[in-house]
Amino acid sequence: MTESVHEPLLSVQNLWVTFPSLKKEVAAVRNVSFTMGREKIGIVGESGSGKSVTGRAVLRLLPSYARIEADQIAYQGADLQGCTEKQMRRIRGKGISMVMQDPKYSLNPVHTVGRQIREAYAIHHRVSSREAKNQTLNMLAAVRIRNPEQVYRLYPHEVSGGMGQRIMIAMMLIPKPGLMIADEPTSALDVTVQLQVLAILDDLVSERGMGLIFISHDLELVSSFCDRIIIMYGGRIMEIIAADELHNSRHPYTRGLLNCLPRIDGERGLLPVLMRDEAWLDEEYLSISG
Amino acid sequence: MLRVDNLNVVFGHGEDSNQAVQDVSFQVDRGHSFGLVGESGSGKSTVLNCISGLLTNWDGTIVVDGIPLTHKRTISFYRQVQMVFQDPYGSLHPRHTVDATLKEPIAIHKLGNANQRVERVLSEVGLGPQFRFRYPHQLSGGQRQRVAVARALILEPEIVLLDEPTSALDVSIQAEVLNLLWEIRRERGLTYVLVSHDLAIVSHMCDTISVMKQGKTVEIINREQLRNGDITEDYTRQLLIAGRGYDRAAIDNFQDF
Repeated sequence: MTESVHEPLLSVQNLWVTFPSLKKEVAAVRNVSFTMGREKIGIVGESGSGKSVTGRAVLRLLPSYARIEADQIAYQGADLQGCTEKQMRRIRGKGISMVMQDPKYSLNPVHTVGRQIREAYAIHHRVSSREAKNQTLNMLAAVRIRNPEQVYRLYPHEVSGGMGQRIMIAMMLIPKPGLMIADEPTSALDVTVQLQVLAILDDLVSERGMGLIFISHDLELVSSFCDRIIIMYGGRIMEIIAADELHNSRHPYTRGLLNCLPRIDGERGLLPVLMRDEAWLDEEYLSISG
Repeated sequence: MLRVDNLNVVFGHGEDSNQAVQDVSFQVDRGHSFGLVGESGSGKSTVLNCISGLLTNWDGTIVVDGIPLTHKRTISFYRQVQMVFQDPYGSLHPRHTVDATLKEPIAIHKLGNANQRVERVLSEVGLGPQFRFRYPHQLSGGQRQRVAVARALILEPEIVLLDEPTSALDVSIQAEVLNLLWEIRRERGLTYVLVSHDLAIVSHMCDTISVMKQGKTVEIINREQLRNGDITEDYTRQLLIAGRGYDRAAIDNFQDF
């Protein structure tokens, strides 16, 4: 752990996120721990499983009333919990960046595409505006936008969903982050466009040797895209499993999720229904299943 | 039971006009389940909206049970054909209880026995009597979609139009709603037209499947052909490959259609 080569890119230990409310506190994330290197790791879960909150807690992008507690949230060995807001702003973008779900709501509607991407670069690099523009055009080309000069001048409402998502990826990659958190980056897209966007992300991540946290509800997609999968339910990690081992998983929740999907080559009739077990959320059960 | 011939829909005028549906034809036999599958903008929901009477600017022929439909529908049509919408968060009135939502169609059609009908349909969709006087915000997504299904069933229709009935739901809830739809069709001998972007759902639920793209029918295949990969169109094949998950090598061969 002392040498930087062996240091994990991101280490999260015993993360709890609680939202206070009038009646009782809601623990959205409970006792989540994982470490990752320069790999693609998927966080999968149903709605309310805490997968997005986990991603946002790392970057401290939750509303101020949320209480984040952890033994450790360390990026390249540096603890993020002790960082001031000013230090966090340097980490967001250049260290860890985040791609949001829907380009319709996440891009600034009153600025051109080019200006937004250029800003993401210029904040972290002291360069001339001409250089920033060149970098932006190169980045747009890297996410396979065919006519960067033209797209540079467009406003977000003038681009399609698939292109909007590629613009977001360009914006998040241009500061050259070490780790990217992608929160359902493609679930608003058609299936073929979704895969094309993922291919771009995949190529750029392996080219630059970045780490990627891919948050999704689509277990099959994540298992074919990522190296390892974290499966979450009710704010807890059910299991962490290598993607190619997923179909051998013995955890009842993982099995249930896999079985309830309709398949083209599957049997007709009734689908197996996921039976939830309260015991999954107990400390003891988790320590037994490891 | 249902026949659609040369359906055309144009939105807008002049230069801005957009042909959302172009020469779409298909027919569905009584008691069968027909799937419309395609990516966004393929016109699949527009076809459904024409059949249900929500859109009136269509040309072509729509025949239900031997009777050609006009743009203006009679009240008896709506007893025969009902629709379930995509978003259970948007399709239920937030200030009506489940009971009020379900009683409205009974009042419109002057059916009587409202209380018994509501009780019966609620138990049929797997919701206990305790849900009857709840508001939509007191229900989960899956429970809301069950209410939407109940609202369609309470008029005892023969054709149910399903517009992406599970795309807003988690996969475990999706399985429950698909099972519910499957059982109801078997018990009541209903005819379904199901719209979805997911080939797996359509092949699970439907006997015959129409693949649509940019308002046109690409091909109409049956379930066995889809399972065996007996497909003539490259577009369908690409959809099928894409549905199998991430495969870096296959993606480079994707074409723009």
